[in-house]
Formats: sequence, structure tokens, C-alpha cells
Amino acid sequence: MQRERRLRVMVAKPGLDGHDRGARIIARAFRDGGFEVIYTGLHQTPEEIVEAAIQEDVDMIGLSSLAGAHMYLFPRVVDLLKEKGADDIVVCGGGIIPEEDIPRLKEAGIKEIFTPGSPLTEIVQWVRENVKARSE
Amino acid sequence: MALTYNQEIMSELKRGEEKWSEKLEQVFSERPERLKRFSTVSDREIRRIYTPLDVKSQDFSRDIGFPGSYPFTRGVQPSMYRGRLWTMRMFAGLGTAKDTNRRFHHLVKAGQTGLSTAFDMPTLMGYDTDSPKARGECGKCGVAIDTLVDMEDLFEGLPIERITTSMTINPPAPVIWGMYIAMAENRGISRKDIGGTIQNDMLKEFIAQKTFMCPPKPSLRLITDTVEFGTKEVPKWNTISISGYHIREAGSTAVQELAFTLADGIAYTEAAIERGLDVDSFAPRFSFFFNSHLDFFEEIAKFRAARRMWAKIMKERFKAKDPRSWWLRFHTQTAGCSLTAQQPYNNIVRTTLEALAAVMGGTQSLHTNSLDEVLAIPTEEAATIALRTQQIIAEESGVANTIDPLGGSYLVEALTDQLEEEAFEIIRKIDDMGGMLAAIERNYPQQEIADAAYHYQKQIDEKERTVVGVNKYTSEERLPVEILEIDEELERLQIEKTQRIKNDRDNKRVRECLERLGEACSGGENVMEFIIDAVKAHATLQEVCDVFRAVFGEYRDPGTY
Repeated sequence: MQRERRLRVMVAKPGLDGHDRGARIIARAFRDGGFEVIYTGLHQTPEEIVEAAIQEDVDMIGLSSLAGAHMYLFPRVVDLLKEKGADDIVVCGGGIIPEEDIPRLKEAGIKEIFTPGSPLTEIVQWVRENVKARSE
Repeated sequence: MALTYNQEIMSELKRGEEKWSEKLEQVFSERPERLKRFSTVSDREIRRIYTPLDVKSQDFSRDIGFPGSYPFTRGVQPSMYRGRLWTMRMFAGLGTAKDTNRRFHHLVKAGQTGLSTAFDMPTLMGYDTDSPKARGECGKCGVAIDTLVDMEDLFEGLPIERITTSMTINPPAPVIWGMYIAMAENRGISRKDIGGTIQNDMLKEFIAQKTFMCPPKPSLRLITDTVEFGTKEVPKWNTISISGYHIREAGSTAVQELAFTLADGIAYTEAAIERGLDVDSFAPRFSFFFNSHLDFFEEIAKFRAARRMWAKIMKERFKAKDPRSWWLRFHTQTAGCSLTAQQPYNNIVRTTLEALAAVMGGTQSLHTNSLDEVLAIPTEEAATIALRTQQIIAEESGVANTIDPLGGSYLVEALTDQLEEEAFEIIRKIDDMGGMLAAIERNYPQQEIADAAYHYQKQIDEKERTVVGVNKYTSEERLPVEILEIDEELERLQIEKTQRIKNDRDNKRVRECLERLGEACSGGENVMEFIIDAVKAHATLQEVCDVFRAVFGEYRDPGTY
């Protein structure tokens, strides 16, 4: 029987926004939750994020944005993954995301959006239930 | 110096307190205390009661004194708000320069007494709107400024010779300031007559806010250029606003906010002295920027401690002689990070409490956050309510009628002493590392803040700390809140505008200006005049910043968590 490997999750900050408090907290919560965590650091283009995600063979990308550019940046990551044939990587997002943008983001292929006030334990639990390790 | 409290009375008090404690234990043994542990937002344990015993080593004249006198615990001015209220300076910036100009006119008409500009992310990072890196960001969390024309549109019809302007700008601060000076001069106003503030605090960017361009060392050099230039050429300008605000927003405690901010101030002072400037020539134009978080007494104590600490640092450490160098003058913003997306109208109440703490702490200038700030850029209506909050505090509540109203409160005095002591301890640690630049390179403040932020979040998750509407008193009901939408069309229009200016200008002249600026950068000459020449020739923000990036290199986020 194949041993289930630990989930590999990437926490990424697309765009020029520097508010990384949430992203860094989430990265720690994922680590404490038993996942392998890759944090990209700030100021990444969608292209850089997708390339790193494929190289690192992650199972999920968590995007964080607080500066209002999510409607461009988040779908762009999903599209690029599709282009590279890596759309089995789950993409979710978090940050300052107005409620009415959420359905549009989900239509664009973002699996889930976590807004301010989401408890860390809930987010970790969601990942456990909704993200499967990609086949090796 | 004699201590304020008489020792004999103190022993009597001690006995009184012991007696009361015994009685209290009995009460609590029958019916336990409401919480296992009472603590501030920064998780500082708070005692059941504070008495003169908690401030027994304080001396009134040495530690508290009168407003306008060293160590300025009670305020830098003798009159404080009895003379003039604080400046109501609402932070605004959205869309294009013309959109923001309309908001400025509205706020001035509503009674605001100073301007404060928020720039969008590309501007903050030194990119033009037409840069591929700027896609999707134009005008989103501030105004887009690419060229001098944008700066002129931004301040169209506003009396900049009378009204002071604060600009929240950091890596490209010399460029944005250069544009402001150029705009004034094009209007026939001398640079000697304009007043305002550029944030220009790069050290806190590496620690907290994370908009950066060049590495720490050349960043510090550019700041020193602005300090030197301001001292000689633009005497009414605050060339730097040393900011704890973002340190707190990134999750620090109140003590960390105090310590890291003042340590940054020490680093800037040392750099300017090293440049050959006399401390009293520039220190009076340093200003500060603090956060006002939710813990009412801790915040008031923080502001009082900050004033006393800076006065001591300036007088004792840097031997400044001009009392104005000892003054810690500060702007305050209520804590954006304390606002909740859930039940957003509660944010009005949070902001009111935070504003009240800032005023009771003696701030010179205040921005109150809007209730929708956690969701998007404020609507005009929400921004007006936030401004009205200040006006009600100022003119209806009566709190501005007496100076330092909580001076002498056992609790507030004890907290002021504690915060000062602990913050000086951290500053000593930073000194031992070789100063703030070295501490940042060792990731020390960054790591401390990340630890504190994680600790705070876990306390909320585990319900050890209540956030109304988030982990207690929650409701499924959604109140409708109007959200300001920034039109996507805006980006296209701004790109067109910038490209039109690039086509119409004298490109040869722009190139020459940028080359001369490059030489000044590598040579060590003060860059400011070269920047002003370049922007007057309509060099763009990014073109000037690209010169910095080429000479000094770019800084990349180390990505630690």
C-alpha cells in the first residue's frame, strides 16, 4: 500500500501588496497543522507563483491579497495552471475580498475564499477535507 | 529629588491593600472571577486594582510634570487642545488624481483641517501604471501618480500654501516629494513656504509594511538625502514620519510598537549626524505616526511613554539642546487591524474608542478609520461618519477640555512606566546587535512581530480574547454596506494619460536628467535637486525609481514566516 504523503501547500502573495500578516499566520497554522509549507514571500507575479507551484509539486495554492487586485490576480493563477496542465492543484484565496466578488472568483475556478475573521482551525480543517495529495 | 508619595502613608496603604485583598479572596472563593486572566490587547496582565503603591517610585516633576516641559509626558505644548484642537487629517486616495482631488475638496468642505494622501500599490512600489507589474492594481488602494501632471491634478484648486499635506509614501518618497515641490514651484509658491509630511520611513517597511525597492542601506542613504535637503531648502516640511502604525498592524504588541519605532528614529538620527548635520538642525522636523488600538488605557499609556522616551533619547543620548528636538510630535490612526468584516457597523464604535484614546494620549493629528475600511476604500459617506466621530469627540464630549486628563491615574501612570521600561529594554537589545539596520538584517524585529501576531490570532481562535461579531455575539444576518468599486476602465485611461505625456515631452532632456541623477546616486551627491529637475521635465515615477534600482539594486522579501 502506498503511504500517504503529507500535503504540500503553497502560501503565495501575488501582486504588489505587502500586507503579509495573514499570509504568514496562515503559513504557520498550516505548518502546525502538519502540512509541508512553501511560502513564496512578497511581490510575486501569477507567472512566478504558478512556476514555483509546479516545481515544488504542491497540492494547493493559498493566495492572499489585501489591496483590491484579487479580481485580476486570482483568476490569472487558475488560468495559468490550466495552461500548464496543472489544474489539479487546488487554488483558494483569502484577504480583503468583498462578498460580492466571491461568487465571481468561484466561477473563475477559485475553490474557496476565506475572509477576515475565519478561524485558523477551520481553514486547516477545510484543507484536510478538500485537498487530496496529487499522485506522485 | 523627593518622591511624590510619603513613605509613612505608603506603609499604611500597603496594610489597607492587604486587608482588602483578603476580603476579595473570600468573595471570589464563593463566586469566581469573570476571567481566569485579565490582560490587555498586547496580553499584558492587568491587576485587580491600582493604587499609589504601583507608582510609588514616580516623582511628579521628574516623570510627569507639566505639559510643554521636559520630559513632556503630558504633552509637547503647554496649552495642548485648550489652544488648538488636533489636526483632523483623513487619509484619502482612490482612482485617478482627479477622483482623489474631488474627495479632497469634499473633506475640506466637511471641515477637515489637513490633507493626507494614500497612493496605490504601483506608486508605493515605484512603478508606473503601464508597467506589467502594475496590472490590476491601478487606483485600488490609493491614487495612481505617474508624472508631475498627476500631482498637479491631485492638488488642483487646493490652497497648498495654507494647508499642510501628508503623503504616505516610502520607497519613492524623494520622487513624490520632488513632484510636490515642483508642482508648488510651477504655481509660483516657494519651497520655503510649503508645509507637510512625507512618511519616508523605510526601516519600518522592512520590518512591517513591506513596500520596498532598494536594500536597507541605500534606502537609509536616500532618506538622509531628504533630511539634509529639507533642513536646508524646505524648512517647514517634516521630512520623515517615523511610523509605528504599520508595525502594530503587522501584529506587534504595544511595547514592540514603541521600541521598534523609536529604534528606527535612533537609526535615522545617527545617519543624519553621520552626514554632518547638527542634531538640532533636523530633529525638530522629525515626526511620528502611531497606531491607536482597542485597549484604551494601554494605548494612552503608550502615547505618554513615547513622548517621555523620545525626550530622553534626544536629550541624553544625542545631546540635543533645542527643546523642539525633544518633542515627539505624532499623528495617529485608529487600528485598521481591529476592524471586522462581520457586523461592520460595530467598527464605528471601535474607531470611536480608539480615537478617544489617541486624543487622551495627546495626539497632534488624527485619522479615524471608516466602518467599511476592512472591506474596501471608504465611500464618501463612511469617511464622513469617521470625520464626524472626531468632531463629536472634540466639540461635544468634553475630553479635550483638560490637558492629559488621565495623568495621575494610578493605572495609566503604572502602565506608562512599564511600557517605557520594557521598550527601553528592547532598544538596548537592538543597540547590542549593532543598531536597527543590523537587527533587521538578522530578522529580529520581523520575527518578534510574527510571533506576537500568531499568538494574538490563536487567542482569538481559542476564544481567550473576545472579538464581538467574530467569535462571540455572532449573527448570520448581513447588514448591507455600500462598497466603493473602482472602475476597471480607470487603468486603461491612466495608461493612456501616462503614455501621452511620455510622447509629448522632450525625451532628450529627460534622459539627460536621469543620467545626472544616476551619477549623483553613485557619487554620493544629494539626489533631491536632480529629482526635481527630472520630474519637471516629466520623467515618470518609475523612470526615476529605475535609476535607484539600477544603482543600488533591488531588495527581495526573504519570505520568512
